[in-house]
Amino acid sequence: MRLTCELKNSHFQFHSVREVLAKASEEKSGDTMAKIGAASSLERMAAKLVLSELQLTDIYENPVIPYETDETTQIIYDDMNKLIYQSIASWTVGELRNYILSHDTNASDLKKLSRGLTSEMISAAAKLMSSLDLVLASQKMKHQAHCNTTIGEPGRLAFRCQANHPIDNIDGIIASVKEGLSYGSGDAVIGINPNNESVESVSRILTATHEFIEKWEIPTQNCTLAHITTQMEALRTGAPIALMFQSLAGSQVANEDFGVSKAILDEAHDLMKTKGTSAGPNFFYFETGQGSEVSLGAHADVDMQTLEARTYGYAKHWKPFMVNNVSGFIGPETLYDGRQVIRADLEDLFMGKLHNLPMGIAPTYTNHMNADQNDQEIAGMLTTVGGANFYMGVPGGDDVMLSYQDTSYHDDASLREMLGLRPLAEFEKWLEKMGIMENGRLTKHAGDLSIFDE
Amino acid sequence: MDVEKIIKEVLEELKKNTSQKGNDIDEHSPDARTFTHDERKIVSVDNPKNLQTIEHARSLTPARIGIGRTGTRMKTKHYLDFRIDHAAAQDAVFKDVDDSVLKELNLPELRSRAKDQEEYLMNLDAGRKLDKASAEWLTTHSEKDKQVQIVVSDGLSSTGVEETIPDLLPALIQGLQVKGITFGQPVFIKKSRVWVQDEVATLTNCDVVISLIGERPGLATSKSVSAYLVYRPNEKTVEADRTVFSNIHEGGVPPVEAGAYLADVISEMLRHKASGVRFASRKKE
Repeated sequence: MRLTCELKNSHFQFHSVREVLAKASEEKSGDTMAKIGAASSLERMAAKLVLSELQLTDIYENPVIPYETDETTQIIYDDMNKLIYQSIASWTVGELRNYILSHDTNASDLKKLSRGLTSEMISAAAKLMSSLDLVLASQKMKHQAHCNTTIGEPGRLAFRCQANHPIDNIDGIIASVKEGLSYGSGDAVIGINPNNESVESVSRILTATHEFIEKWEIPTQNCTLAHITTQMEALRTGAPIALMFQSLAGSQVANEDFGVSKAILDEAHDLMKTKGTSAGPNFFYFETGQGSEVSLGAHADVDMQTLEARTYGYAKHWKPFMVNNVSGFIGPETLYDGRQVIRADLEDLFMGKLHNLPMGIAPTYTNHMNADQNDQEIAGMLTTVGGANFYMGVPGGDDVMLSYQDTSYHDDASLREMLGLRPLAEFEKWLEKMGIMENGRLTKHAGDLSIFDE
Repeated sequence: MDVEKIIKEVLEELKKNTSQKGNDIDEHSPDARTFTHDERKIVSVDNPKNLQTIEHARSLTPARIGIGRTGTRMKTKHYLDFRIDHAAAQDAVFKDVDDSVLKELNLPELRSRAKDQEEYLMNLDAGRKLDKASAEWLTTHSEKDKQVQIVVSDGLSSTGVEETIPDLLPALIQGLQVKGITFGQPVFIKKSRVWVQDEVATLTNCDVVISLIGERPGLATSKSVSAYLVYRPNEKTVEADRTVFSNIHEGGVPPVEAGAYLADVISEMLRHKASGVRFASRKKE
């Protein structure tokens, strides 16, 4: 393929859809490191211009990683609705963007459109969209899922209580769980990242969180963020799991690096149906994030944003309860600064939602990148306006196990009150019963973990 | 001498040093004021049901709990504590390991291909390969065909190497010796990443490489070290083939304990001839 573009007396040439997609991306250090990003600002715009004129059929016929050799591509193509695709195949990407943003296009239209799009098309549309475009389009879409609680109802915002401890001390974990719950965080899941990945240790954490949930009759679900095979072994040996976790990527090679495949995910899903503790039917919690493929050397010359979109296309096959990005978790070699992280968060929310996923966001930063709390809070506010389903809740925003910063219990409560959003319905009733919340606002007892004294 | 007296003297000494550096603020002038950061982690929940419960909870975890709130936001002290810890962590990323520490530990200093910190941070490949001189040194000088090769990497925290390796490395070595496991002389590789261990494995022809690498500094500590172990890596090796053990530092898994534990893990790995997910899912007898 040869695509040329004349722009401001300059001449630009592209050799594939993959190259156009990569060069049309907003600047990100990971694409620069992979040597696939635009070399100049004008080349970036030339690529966007070309992309806006490409038809959806051009993208359909040229997946960025071939169908024959990649399980991710296979799942994306096999799961899409060809009838819907045929009806829009002649649209240009520019027209797709216009359709998404039009007043005449509502949530239901977008839900149907989604089923006719490949992940590359969704990524392409996002490359022609500004921050406001992405937030407005995201606002139109809201997707629900059910495990023990219902996530994604309009007007509600949920949080994962991420009560990690550097050495998995159970009492220490439970102390942070109490603190989180006292701020209203934990309706999405009480989800712990284990430091020790052994089956015994993971089972111990699962049992502790399960028993705490049972004892206080909390309408939520528990989870540990261990490798899926470890959780499956824990489940087989009787550990109580309501929600099963796994990190995913956007190519088969990268997923193999993560030690995960369609076969493993299918087996885990079956196992949850027969041995899990929750109502379902949505049993999975997936984490994704721009940059994982490039840091694994598995990007195959595809840009980070498009690989992230493909991750969503892969993830939706298993109808997850929660999906969130952690773009910003890796470091400056993939997202250099606050500006790049904010952009990635807005793209991820939009792309996840246009995949019909119950999408949450983790606006994060590490200590070796050029970003700080101010950037994180901006990303949090913008994606809340865009209607994210959930965020993390970390004590004081400082994850003492994973050594990075994420949204705090305080941020969780702030994001809710700022926009008049409520906790998940069943959980809100529980907060009222515990005296933590009244009429959607925290009471004077909130933030006091000693309310769990017996 | 009590602690407060020591702190006072240290602060006075610091003040003297500051003024010696040509600081033109005259601290004896009547309007001079000194501000000192109160590093104590205090419980500041307003009117708690049971203060002791919260104080006890605080003792169970380094997490920022029991900090109270104003409205839905952090109180000023806790907000500034957080920002101060972040500032310190950002600065820690750009420090090199002190030479004297490497001498004391008798670690030869090799280098990756990253020429400076900027290249190290922004180009992963540079940190994953040895530079030419280091590869040659390893080819010529390292002990070959041992069961284990230990690599110490600065990674993202020189502080981790300086503060944690001096306890961790001897404990690991002792553990290997007790078990009669053979190992070559440990080496330090400056500005290196985990995957450099694959090249080391090839050049030394060992069974297991263990990398002790400085973790990216968190707000709670910048002393943390991770151990990455891999059994006979080759070009097909993926992330899931590595076994990782993280959070080794005085406030996490104590270094001496970790050293002994890692020696046990290595001994198991040698027996099962596997690492990573394949090793984790081995049948326990």
